Amino acid sequence: MRRALLGLLLLAVPAAAEIAPGERRSGFDQMTPELRAMQTDEAANPGQLWVGDGEEAWAAAPPTGRPACAGCHGAVATMRGVAARYPAWDEAAARPVDLQGRINLCRTRHQGADPLPFESRPLLALTAAVAAQSRGLPVAPPADPRLDPARAEGERLFTRRTGQLDLACAQCHDALWGRRLGASTIPQGHPNGYPLYRLEWQDLGSLQRRLRNCLTGMRAEPYPFGAPEYLALELHLMRRAQGLAIEAPAVRP
Amino acid sequence: MARTLINLPKTAKAGAVIEIKTLISHPMETGYRPGPEGRLVPRDIITEFVCRFEGEEVFRAELFPATSANPYLTFTTLAERSGTFTFTWTGDNGFSQTESAALTVT
Repeated sequence: MRRALLGLLLLAVPAAAEIAPGERRSGFDQMTPELRAMQTDEAANPGQLWVGDGEEAWAAAPPTGRPACAGCHGAVATMRGVAARYPAWDEAAARPVDLQGRINLCRTRHQGADPLPFESRPLLALTAAVAAQSRGLPVAPPADPRLDPARAEGERLFTRRTGQLDLACAQCHDALWGRRLGASTIPQGHPNGYPLYRLEWQDLGSLQRRLRNCLTGMRAEPYPFGAPEYLALELHLMRRAQGLAIEAPAVRP
Repeated sequence: MARTLINLPKTAKAGAVIEIKTLISHPMETGYRPGPEGRLVPRDIITEFVCRFEGEEVFRAELFPATSANPYLTFTTLAERSGTFTFTWTGDNGFSQTESAALTVT
């Protein structure tokens, strides 16, 4: 018993810098009332334009003559809960895959079609349509031990100093959230709204695009799209955001 | 065809003020931004939006390069009788799109 307690204490020490579950706040809570209204009003949220495109693509057969997404899965509403548990382990590829990676694997394996390019409108639209089904559900990362090495790597990347500014993600998003960086409030950096519409981008973008922004902001060289580092970071961030509600497609400044 | 989202009540009482919300997917390229090769990307914006009720104009807006992408316009009008609203966006490079929505006045 005492040994178990000691073990728990030892485990708790390095995690102490991380935000406690009760302290977790979505970036939504730090936005202005106007922006919150823009996100929650489906008639005003520009992300809904992509969701509409994605729902159409979900039902449309690919040019290869194989079935559409809806041909196997049924209505897109059956995807409720999927975004909350991704990234997940893929047996055949023997690596973790994120939601957009899963969509592209489905395209190549079952539809005989080419994978959609990163940040292309069709890929963002399908991802948004699938992710939007999980709106309101809590982030629930799977307890799959095969994901643990990547998760640990993600945590290492998140807490490691990098770039010309010699900053770690955790220095701002774990330790200084709620304070200000210039005119912006520092968010906790949770991935619960992706793909999201960012006003700065005037566009919908994936978590990978957002992470590339962070890396260039730290004056570090961003990893190329699809790099395993993004998967590792997303796995860590999703575990860190466990319990927060999925907001996709969210709106952020 | 650009995707649009039009939101208005399906029914309204006679004489009620109704709110209409419109959103259209459009890049609203200003013409002032350099592209990847350093040359300016040519302007491509929506320049005009008109809402008509049974052919009669109820709302008009001019849009300029400073308008953000995917313009969202919201306005109000008086519900007097049942009929159809038409929404027309016109812009650069021959862009023109018309959508419609019906309103029933009870």
